[in-house]
Amino acid sequence: MTTFHTILLLLAAVLAVFWEAAFPGTSRWLRAQVDLLPALMVYASLCLGLPATALLAVCGGVMFDSLSANPLGVSILPLFATGFLIHLRRELILRDQPFAQFVLGLAASALAPLLTVLWLLTAGRTPLLGWGSLWQWLVMSVAGGIATPIIFLMFGWCERLLGHRRAVESSFRSDREIRRGPS
Amino acid sequence: MSKRSHYMVLGLVGLVVLVLTNLPSRTSTRLKLAIGSLFLPLIGLVSAAQQTAGNAASALAPRGELIRQNEALRHENQQLRLQAIQAEETARENERLRQVIGWQKQNTWKAKLARVILRDPANWWRTVQIDLGSRDGLRENLPVLANESLVGRVSSVSLTHAQVVLLGDSNCKVAARVDNEAHDSGIIGSGGPFDASLVRLACFSRTTTLKPGQNVLTSGDGGIFPKGIPIGKIVDFRAVEYGLFTEARVKLAANLGALEEVWVMMP
Repeated sequence: MTTFHTILLLLAAVLAVFWEAAFPGTSRWLRAQVDLLPALMVYASLCLGLPATALLAVCGGVMFDSLSANPLGVSILPLFATGFLIHLRRELILRDQPFAQFVLGLAASALAPLLTVLWLLTAGRTPLLGWGSLWQWLVMSVAGGIATPIIFLMFGWCERLLGHRRAVESSFRSDREIRRGPS
Repeated sequence: MSKRSHYMVLGLVGLVVLVLTNLPSRTSTRLKLAIGSLFLPLIGLVSAAQQTAGNAASALAPRGELIRQNEALRHENQQLRLQAIQAEETARENERLRQVIGWQKQNTWKAKLARVILRDPANWWRTVQIDLGSRDGLRENLPVLANESLVGRVSSVSLTHAQVVLLGDSNCKVAARVDNEAHDSGIIGSGGPFDASLVRLACFSRTTTLKPGQNVLTSGDGGIFPKGIPIGKIVDFRAVEYGLFTEARVKLAANLGALEEVWVMMP
């Protein structure tokens, strides 16, 4: 993990939260707002370390709550729990496979809002819930699943464009060249 | 990464959550508004882009269409001026009569136009942020209107922007009355998560004379919303609580899903 990756991740979180609040396109068409933070958590937990995952959960959660009517800090723990669970099993996950990324994004996008709503209900708040919430949950999960491979692609592209390239070592060394025949 | 580091990160996140969720309500609201202010440059950027696009579209509008619209607006303006003169005269007469009877003078409200800049990113709340703040004279609990009908109230105010909680959210309850002979009254409560245009009107007595299509207005009780602001129309109603009360569904007059500009009523 580098500072560059972490900054890039936090920048993506800022843009994701702003996009969710400023452009209600999906909300108008699908009657459900898509949340991209769980998909970013999947990327952070698989490709970066636990500190970056925690930082994303704290910053992303606080930014999300600041633009929402959620009590401040409520979104942090559900996001972090999602990332932490994936991080614990990261060695067993085929992180380069788009299908695995989709499934993880789907699961994370389903789990994070569920935990948040459960917390709100436990805290005595009254969020708007009904049969329509099931549709919203489905849309959020599927959209999160679709967004995850795209996020992996975009971060890979950014890394190739902006990050430094690893020097490729060749096995050929000119000082150990065997010369045959008369010199 | 070692197990010890895992525990450290877990502990730190837990501590942050514990501190943030246990902040006093006032501090928490201020902190939320301060963090929300970090998005102001992005909001400005988007507004500028939209304005540029709007200007470009205006430049492309045909001249004939603009002249026709101008003419229609001029006619409407003349009619509204005449109505305003009549209304002024009625208001003066009303004031004189109030003085004669000894009724309390009614406050006049000023409306301030605000632009909706952000919407709640969570599906389970119904709030928006507007571009007026305490520097524009806004304070909590001021009524907010769009298309001459109620949409909500100001719930928290920062220097440059404010949060408006919309009708249908569980934190926005409005005392309302139905425009019928019995003047049935009740409370506008939360709506469903799916359809933002429908809200519930509850706490009627059994003997109501409700009919679909009747207008619902603010009753003025509760002290937040002035009397007589249109809310919507009755869609249907049913008996609840073993027939002790009636609950009606109200179709809101304003389209909450497509709010672009709103009016904040200031005393």
